[in-house]
Amino acid sequence: MNLEDIRKYLAAYDGPEMQIMEVCGSHTAAIAKNGIPAMLSPKIRLISGPGCPVCVTPTAYVDRAIELAETPGTCLVTFGDLIRVPGSRTTLSAARGEGARVEMVYSPLDTLLLAEKHPDTAFVFAAVGFETTAPAYALLMQQITEKKITNVRLLTAMKTMPPVIDALCRGGAPVQGFLAPGHVSVVTGSRAFVPLAERYQIPFAVAGFTGEEILAAVYGIVRSYGRGRVMNFYPRVVTEEGNIRAQELISRYFVPCRAAWRGLGAIEGSGLMLRPEYAAYDAGSDGLDDDSGANRACRCGDVLTGRIRPVDCPLFGKVCTPMSPKGACMVSQEGSCFTWLSNGRRE
Amino acid sequence: MTMTETITMAHGSGGQATGELIAGIFAEEFDNEILNQMEDSAVVPGSSRIALTTDSFVVTPLEYRGGNIGRLSVCGTVNDLLMRGATPKYLTAGFILQEGLSTELLRRVVHAMAETAREAGVQIVAGDTKVIDAEKSRGGMMINTAGVGFVPEGLEIGASGARDGDAILVSGNMGDHHAAILSERMQIDTDIQSDNAPLGEMVQALIAAGVKVHVLRDITRGGLGTVLKELAEACGLVFTLESDAVPVSPRVRDFCGLLGLDPMYMGNEGKLTAIVDGADAEKALAVIRASRYGADAAIIGRVTTAEKSEGGRPGDLLMRTPVGGMRRMDVLQGEGLPRIC
Repeated sequence: MNLEDIRKYLAAYDGPEMQIMEVCGSHTAAIAKNGIPAMLSPKIRLISGPGCPVCVTPTAYVDRAIELAETPGTCLVTFGDLIRVPGSRTTLSAARGEGARVEMVYSPLDTLLLAEKHPDTAFVFAAVGFETTAPAYALLMQQITEKKITNVRLLTAMKTMPPVIDALCRGGAPVQGFLAPGHVSVVTGSRAFVPLAERYQIPFAVAGFTGEEILAAVYGIVRSYGRGRVMNFYPRVVTEEGNIRAQELISRYFVPCRAAWRGLGAIEGSGLMLRPEYAAYDAGSDGLDDDSGANRACRCGDVLTGRIRPVDCPLFGKVCTPMSPKGACMVSQEGSCFTWLSNGRRE
Repeated sequence: MTMTETITMAHGSGGQATGELIAGIFAEEFDNEILNQMEDSAVVPGSSRIALTTDSFVVTPLEYRGGNIGRLSVCGTVNDLLMRGATPKYLTAGFILQEGLSTELLRRVVHAMAETAREAGVQIVAGDTKVIDAEKSRGGMMINTAGVGFVPEGLEIGASGARDGDAILVSGNMGDHHAAILSERMQIDTDIQSDNAPLGEMVQALIAAGVKVHVLRDITRGGLGTVLKELAEACGLVFTLESDAVPVSPRVRDFCGLLGLDPMYMGNEGKLTAIVDGADAEKALAVIRASRYGADAAIIGRVTTAEKSEGGRPGDLLMRTPVGGMRRMDVLQGEGLPRIC
């Protein structure tokens, strides 16, 4: 099937209605950038799931990160996205303006340079992310333990994708197909989704990030309506078994744990935490489940589970904008609300 | 006369050290009849239509591949004048130096300003220097430049001038300056160079060739997407771009892919967008391509009414994507931080 035929098929599709969920922030952004929703028949709807790591992080975690940053002698180290995410009372960015110590880095390993330069400061890395980022945190742990560095710890809110998809399906999310995350699948392999496809009789398609790759994957899902199968439309990058070395590295330092997701609550086995023998390197990550947001009208949770579209939230584009975000989905460039608003997406 | 290796508070005192700094660096580099009078203000010949603008420059790092804050501070102001069809004539330069700034670095910056001013055909006719103590970090500098240009009688180029049927052009590859600065900050090893350049030759050639130019904008902070969205709103028409036509160098494309950035929203310092009468599109393209800094120019889209567009509303910026979808674009939101996964 060439691109032209796929386009025609998807535009003219008149079969059973399908909602297809993407669970990767880069897919959310790529779908909008390629103008894909308007190319599809009204019977195919693309919805965004819990694919942006910052967006699914509960407020209690943000509050804990701020508390650490405000502690004298402690410095919180993070990627950029997290600093504007609202906690229950403020953001890391605002706290920094009032004297809290927050450093932004581009790689977790940059923390080691900071730690070396400032031996009297306790650094805490905000380890947020999916399977994609977990190997980088494992490498950080490897360096910390091998070099016997004593002033770096981790505040973890690491998540894994298959258990949350399982929870969504179990909870009856209105989804007839999944665009499986391209980057996550590099690590986990496409086989990670096979049990889910079979259990719920839902098609999964591992997709790349160009418009063509996404359209091909959507086509594959539509053609597989009602069938439990996993297709790989990203074979130049994703294999069936994934990156075994990365998987080993992750399990050397981390074990599965219960984790709290914005909008979904706590899900058994859906997170990663430091192994008990490394507990001394943890900066209080346990039990940060509370997700009572600063703005009660914010419906990030419903957006993340596909119950409503970003445009259906009463705050969307009015009081909640990228300049003044009320919920995490409007903060991250991979958040669905941010992507919808900045691309004028309406359907 | 010997200068110290770094700038000290004394250089801002107004006394002997200030005099040495002015004589040893600024006067030597900027050397022109008007400045050399060292009066409290410059008195210059005028015109009946004057364009006036000012801009401040706070870039870090101060030097980067392809330029430095000095070259930038001349290009930014000169280009702002050019975008109204003005011929840039005079600049003023205000320097805020941080204690501890390397004197050699300052000399390189000032030298680049002088060179760029010569290239752009403007004189730096007045200036000021202040030194501030380094509370948090040492050795930085900021520059403000203000500029005056003369606008020919009858020439009307402004933000709301786009008309139904116009063509949209850009003068070259998007994102080079932004990518060069980011790669320096992030210590990523690339050979991407900043595009900072004065665009006088290009603009004068367009006007001289008789191209019906309706809008000119330099594509700086916020990138092409932001600039065109603002222009579309200003005229209430729909701009439709072809994404394949927007020029981006392969290196910048790779760099953006790596960091999750969009070249449509990356800053440039030597690129313009021209909206010209549709019938003049090819002529405008040939003129820009033949001018200095215009080799990679391209026609990237058209202006139409909302009715004639593919689903646009007045003020929309649409872009046809490589797979044939239509992306509706807004001004840059947020800060352009790299993604985390």
